[in-house]
Amino acid sequence: MNDATGLQAVPQAIEYIRILPEIVLSIAGMVIMVLDPLVDERRSQRLLGTIALTGSLAAIGATLYQSQYPGLGFWNMVQVDQFSVFFHFLVATVTAVVILTSYEYMQTQQIRAGEYYGLILFGAVGMCLMSSAVELVLIFIALEISSISTYILAGFRRRAAISSEASVKYFLLGSFATAFFLYGVALMFGATGSTNIAVIREKLSTGPIPLLAYTGVAFMFVGLGFKVAAAPFHIWTPDVYEGAPAPVVGFMSTAPKAAVFAVLLRIIFEAHIPDVSWLIWIAAALSMTLGNIGALIQENIKRLLAYSSIAHAGYLLVAYAALPNNGIPAAMFYTASYAAMNLGAFAVVSHFAGAGERYVNLHDYEGLGRRSPLLAAALTIFLLSLIGIPITGGFFAKFYVFSAAVQNNLVGLVIIGVLNSAIGAYYYLRIIVAMYMRDTREEIAMSPVSLGLGAALAVSLITTLYLGVLPGWVLKYASQSATGLIR
Amino acid sequence: MSALNSVVLTLVTFVPLAGSLLVLLLPRRDRDIRWFALVVTLLAFVLSLHLPVHLQRDQPGFQYEVNLQWISSPNIHYHTGVDGISAWLVVLTTFLTPLCVLISWKSIHERVKEFYILLLILETALIGVFVSLDLFLFYFFWEATLIPMALLIGMYGHGRRVYAAIKFFLYTMIASMFMLAAILWLYAKTGSFDFVSIQAAIHNGQVEHFANAATWLFLGFFIAFAVKVPLFPFHTWLPDAHVEAPTAGSVLLAGVLLKMGTYGMLRFNLGLFPEQSRANAWWVMILALIGIIYGALVALVQPNLKKLIAYSSISHLGFVVLGLFSFTQAGLDGATFVMLAHGVSTGALFMLAGILYERRHTYEISEFGGLATPMPVYATFFLFITLASLGLPLLNGFIGEFLVLSGAFQDRAIYGVLGATGVIWSACYLLWMYQRVFFSKVTRETNQSLPDLDMRERVALWPAALAALIMGVAPLIWLNAFDTAAQAILAPFAQLASKVVGK
Repeated sequence: MNDATGLQAVPQAIEYIRILPEIVLSIAGMVIMVLDPLVDERRSQRLLGTIALTGSLAAIGATLYQSQYPGLGFWNMVQVDQFSVFFHFLVATVTAVVILTSYEYMQTQQIRAGEYYGLILFGAVGMCLMSSAVELVLIFIALEISSISTYILAGFRRRAAISSEASVKYFLLGSFATAFFLYGVALMFGATGSTNIAVIREKLSTGPIPLLAYTGVAFMFVGLGFKVAAAPFHIWTPDVYEGAPAPVVGFMSTAPKAAVFAVLLRIIFEAHIPDVSWLIWIAAALSMTLGNIGALIQENIKRLLAYSSIAHAGYLLVAYAALPNNGIPAAMFYTASYAAMNLGAFAVVSHFAGAGERYVNLHDYEGLGRRSPLLAAALTIFLLSLIGIPITGGFFAKFYVFSAAVQNNLVGLVIIGVLNSAIGAYYYLRIIVAMYMRDTREEIAMSPVSLGLGAALAVSLITTLYLGVLPGWVLKYASQSATGLIR
Repeated sequence: MSALNSVVLTLVTFVPLAGSLLVLLLPRRDRDIRWFALVVTLLAFVLSLHLPVHLQRDQPGFQYEVNLQWISSPNIHYHTGVDGISAWLVVLTTFLTPLCVLISWKSIHERVKEFYILLLILETALIGVFVSLDLFLFYFFWEATLIPMALLIGMYGHGRRVYAAIKFFLYTMIASMFMLAAILWLYAKTGSFDFVSIQAAIHNGQVEHFANAATWLFLGFFIAFAVKVPLFPFHTWLPDAHVEAPTAGSVLLAGVLLKMGTYGMLRFNLGLFPEQSRANAWWVMILALIGIIYGALVALVQPNLKKLIAYSSISHLGFVVLGLFSFTQAGLDGATFVMLAHGVSTGALFMLAGILYERRHTYEISEFGGLATPMPVYATFFLFITLASLGLPLLNGFIGEFLVLSGAFQDRAIYGVLGATGVIWSACYLLWMYQRVFFSKVTRETNQSLPDLDMRERVALWPAALAALIMGVAPLIWLNAFDTAAQAILAPFAQLASKVVGK
């Protein structure tokens, strides 16, 4: 902790504004938990879903309101700046889109809504808090809040053994990984005498850097690397993604990842830990390569997208090896566009999956271009964005990351990266090929697209294309917040 | 006219894209969609004629320029403009696309709407490649051509279309990644994607560490272009793509997409890295010669009509590369002329092959024979285009290859001699193919009653035949336009050449 001078004993009103989105989300979550046993089961879906949606939209509003009041709060543990606002906005939007997607999905799967929506909101609280926390212990608590709710969400298809397997696996490995993070925090405290990022930065930039600090960062990186599914901590990903409900996978692969990447940005760039770039270099190269090669042979779409998300974690990590003033905006842009395209892809996957998630294999997608042209076209755009084709957000995301790396003379890593994106093109293309160039083998009944799913798709699609045509504004915002972060 | 000058390039580029968006909104009435696509592509053609007609021939540099900031950081501009060379390549694109619409009128009868949407998007991307003066914008359009083309092959092609589409996509995508890396490096060192300012910076030696990286940068661009051309040994995707592609896909693939590669070499390899181009010219020329002879020899033994034309493209494009890397005025003018001539005549050959396929559903040469009897008009068109393609004087194939060979002679006599054998080979394989398909008696009963060309097919073929004739009779219209542009590109080579001669 910082020394006690200048700190109030009681937080002021304005400090509550600095955690307003979290407060809003928690209240909505609690209302859902209270109402759940009281309402009739058949009606609960619509009611609770609507509350959750309202909660997440209110959180977006609260974030916009909060952005007028930047500064520290709660004994220097929380900091509202452009950076945190960016990630709050991202997490809250992802939450809203996931809720819209889940609506139809939960009905098809006949899963009781109940605490599902509550857990998503509680998870979002943790993720929001991660991006504004500037105190390692608080980051740890936020990480746990977010993780615990995702552990439970992963096992939500209670009738499917594979879902329970996913949940248990994720829980066991995940707790192991967070323990690493906590150990890293402890070592960092030992090295610098503080867990506050600003103080750590000060200590590290003045005196000689103790060996313990390096060890601490390495341990923290293990914990966070697990959460973002970066190699070599990625083994859990395919199994968990395959078993967990499709909208939850869309959630897990975007919001918590964005939040953890935000934490990584703070730790690596704001705390200014020197010379960890080789560590990131290795993790990035491994993630890209293993992810893409693993994805080549997948027949299950969810597993395929799991490997793809490992690869994308790798591309993103490339930005962390770059210099801060290029790397931070590149990473922020990447998280945003990855969230848009991946959420969209999973929204389509959850729609096609059908009851019991029967249709999640590549051959189920054959002839989809004829059976439902609009959804197939939407999925095609998301996949093209994941490949990194122009006019989509994925293109600029990769472009910024690689150009940031080139500016730091990481030509080797960039070559690995661009070759990997070429490999990546192959397996995404397999899905497009299946949809448009092969004919249906068996007749699969298509259910109509519900309003909620349509809205979710529209949001993802518009964001993906917007970031692909006019990326300037988001990038400019990200650059500004980067200058705030590195001061 | 001055008002039009400032917007005409943007209009030409985006009219097809706007058209494709409107097609998206049209109801699925196939006839309306076809007519609409025809009108849009003709509009783009008429607009594009403005470019060469009002081009200031003696003025060096780019014209009709548009330079708007697109993204502030990184510093990306929407910067377009044309010189005499790229203006005509744009016209080639807009000329062939309406013909593609006509030739697909009946052969595409399923998913018609999607077909024309893809075709129109492809046209915008192709034009964009030729007019971009910002490296980023160029790369953007370059990659944007991939998707519609791959989908056209994969969705509307024949037998092994999926294999061909994926092969085409991956080949070109992987190769262009090297170009992206080179572009990023240039941006990192110069802070700009602008072609003109990067060129100036390199010329004035203001780029740090350029000497060490230059060869790698040259290769990064070169690989991307060489795969597209395709230069031997990167050619294996081309026959597959052509054989499986629908007719319109083949026409645009051979007519325009391959020219993206040679245009890229001309603009970027020669324009940005003159010294490295000079140093690496020897092996590029050898590969081009291998391509010319190897392509022709393989074409000679093809049993499949479309594959034959595909291999002939490899041979013809070898001439283009040979001309470019001779670094002579004649070679450059000739190479550009071959690009246009090959676009017209090979485009027409693919249309003719497609017409035959619609009637018989095969491309096997052995299935035909004696077709001149049931289809006299068709046979006449075919002969005319064949003669144009093999380089008969007064038709469009002759003048370009002649100039290229004279340029190659100036560079080194042996290149000219070896290249000239390619002309002989092309006469062999084309005339032999023509003999087998059209002469002697009708060998198969089904061919006896094949209908001759109908009105629509004649309308599609006449413009190509006329263009082949006019280009052969009055080549100066084109060569004059190329001259200034070619001189500008060759200017840095004059110093280098004098050095070489001096020692």
